[in-house]
Amino acid sequence: MSDPQDWTPATADPGLRRPSREQVVAGLKATVEGGPDLVQLLTPEGERVADPRFDAWAADVDVDALQGLYRDMVLVRRFDREANALQRQGQLGIWVPLLGQEAAQIGAGRAMKPQDMAFPSYREHGVAWCRGIDPTELLGIFRGTDHGSWDPIARRFHLYTIVIGNQCLNATGYAMGQKFESKVGDGPDAEATICFFGDGATSQGDVHEGFVWAAVYDAPVVFYCQNNQWAISEPLERQTRVPLYRRAQGYGFPGIRVDGNDVLACLAVTRWALEECRTGNGPVLIEAFTYRMDAHTTSDDPTRYRLADELELWKLKDPIERVRVNLVREHGVGQEFFDGVAAEADELAARFRQFCIDMPTPGPERMFSEVYAEASPPLEAQEEAYLAYLAGFAAE
Amino acid sequence: MATATLTLAKAVNEGLRAAMERDPKVLVMGEDVGKLGGVFRVTDGLQKDFGEQRVLDTPLAESGIIGTAVGLAIRGFRPVCEIQFDGFVFPGFDQIVSQLAKLRFRSQGKVPMPVVVRIPFGGGIGAVEHHSESPESLFAHVAGLKVVACGNPVDAYWMIQQAIASDDPVIFFEPKRRYWEKAEVDLDATPMPLHASRVVRPGSTATLVGYGAVVKTCLDAAVAAEAEGRDLEVIDLRTISPLDLDPVFESVRRTGRLVVVAEAPSEASVSSEIAARVQEACFHSLEAPVLRVTGFDTPYPPSRIEEDYLPDLDRVLDAVDRSLAW
Repeated sequence: MSDPQDWTPATADPGLRRPSREQVVAGLKATVEGGPDLVQLLTPEGERVADPRFDAWAADVDVDALQGLYRDMVLVRRFDREANALQRQGQLGIWVPLLGQEAAQIGAGRAMKPQDMAFPSYREHGVAWCRGIDPTELLGIFRGTDHGSWDPIARRFHLYTIVIGNQCLNATGYAMGQKFESKVGDGPDAEATICFFGDGATSQGDVHEGFVWAAVYDAPVVFYCQNNQWAISEPLERQTRVPLYRRAQGYGFPGIRVDGNDVLACLAVTRWALEECRTGNGPVLIEAFTYRMDAHTTSDDPTRYRLADELELWKLKDPIERVRVNLVREHGVGQEFFDGVAAEADELAARFRQFCIDMPTPGPERMFSEVYAEASPPLEAQEEAYLAYLAGFAAE
Repeated sequence: MATATLTLAKAVNEGLRAAMERDPKVLVMGEDVGKLGGVFRVTDGLQKDFGEQRVLDTPLAESGIIGTAVGLAIRGFRPVCEIQFDGFVFPGFDQIVSQLAKLRFRSQGKVPMPVVVRIPFGGGIGAVEHHSESPESLFAHVAGLKVVACGNPVDAYWMIQQAIASDDPVIFFEPKRRYWEKAEVDLDATPMPLHASRVVRPGSTATLVGYGAVVKTCLDAAVAAEAEGRDLEVIDLRTISPLDLDPVFESVRRTGRLVVVAEAPSEASVSSEIAARVQEACFHSLEAPVLRVTGFDTPYPPSRIEEDYLPDLDRVLDAVDRSLAW
């Protein structure tokens, strides 16, 4: 781990305690390429590069497995694009695109074991996919028919959390529970938790508190920060003075920056981090260095705050393209495979679209259900009165 | 029959102990609740007997206390969080409102939230700022939460156990200036339901309703009024959300007069909710408007003048006079 002052430009006045704004910006710009600590196994050009520390964690990824990761990313991107279109056509109220973050999410999602638990924010459609949540199960939140339809406890994938950073504490508490139940250790049933959040969330107090609590209770939790460079309109330099992964040092646990557009590196680093947690060496912070290629949500307009050139630059680092190139060049995978995945993606999108259009709207009684586990007579009276009021119209 | 003479603080302690013995998933967590036993000693001895994994001295972060309790509840635990003082709950308010209160609804019942948040509340102990507040209305306004306040050792002993046994999140208010008051507690009794109000003194002239520390104030007022030939009925509300106003309606239909007593400021409060509902349910029985004796709509004052802020016997009797003179 390098000294926190390393990233300050050498020309800085050594007597200057607080770097100027220009220096801060320069320091961050220096990490546009991820910086020297970036873990990468697959270059943007699709070349497999050696990493003495993490190669072992991807050693079992043969051509079949790599094809599987490619398929995951293509399918996820396809339904993500379909959802964007559904919003434009008035079928969804809003959509939160993950375009560009497929590798960060599929790598992390595929690193999990069935017994591990995930706490997503609201953009983790790729992680949901890996946890066996059908894409159609995500639709209700964005169509406005529910707030989350799957069973988070049984599926080991918590409901989407919209309040930024809240889930970091919930994940930490869950991980403390895993430890209290002696699920941390060398056994095959050892468990860990992974918590997803973005660069904007790192400014939230709950993320700080999550780091503190996880550290002092040795909680088996991987904090997985997808740094996609933008918190709606605010660039990373509005959230931090230091690269995010280095914050872990201050809390006393390891922080690693991984190329978030490299699915193999995300898989390897997350596998390592989860295993660290399962065996009692948690927590771990991973910063997946990536880019939000689309808007924050379908309600957002990035042309107001960022240059189109930036997107063009990141398109050269596309997470899917580099795997395709690698499969072709290093494994001789033929066009038939890619055509097959594309066809499967289109089928998924068609099913996804039809499901969305056919989704029923719940009745008003949904509003009154499951507010409480146990009786609340005043609420029951409210429900009864409102349903009777509605029934009055039906009788007319 | 097993009985014990307990202070209110000790009654909560014994209730916590009983709940922890009954269910290994019950955890106690908060600032200084372990070795120290809490600043009011409510958790005294629990860490020694149940260990550090069931009685957690937490970092000083209220959002952390609630937020990790939510995660522990998702995992199947039943955390009992202690917020050291009423005025310190606000860093945890986001987690209470956004996660604790809503997870059951959000998940359509798949994620129960059996979490208790204990908050010593109210003034009268000569404390500095942020140590004497009555924030219960803020929680009563949040759908998904249940809110109760105990007022005596018997209720404290039973209500804490019932709150822990509930699959709903319960904000549990303890009247800190009554922590040291004693009563005989029958440990074998069958307790009344958690969300039920109770007539603690029957009467016929007018009805007083309160919760927490002011129940005793109301009872004292009733004794004083007796000397003037007035027979006041006193109701301990006990449950703030959901409200159980049937005993109040029944009483008001007999007495025709109601005075609501609360330490909290009056604006948009539990006391205003009671007034609204009573006029709705008992309009034709009321001989006078529902009157309220409350704290003022000010921040809690410096302690040397807190006696002016807190509803006392004289202000309660003055309200009774005004009601009867209507």
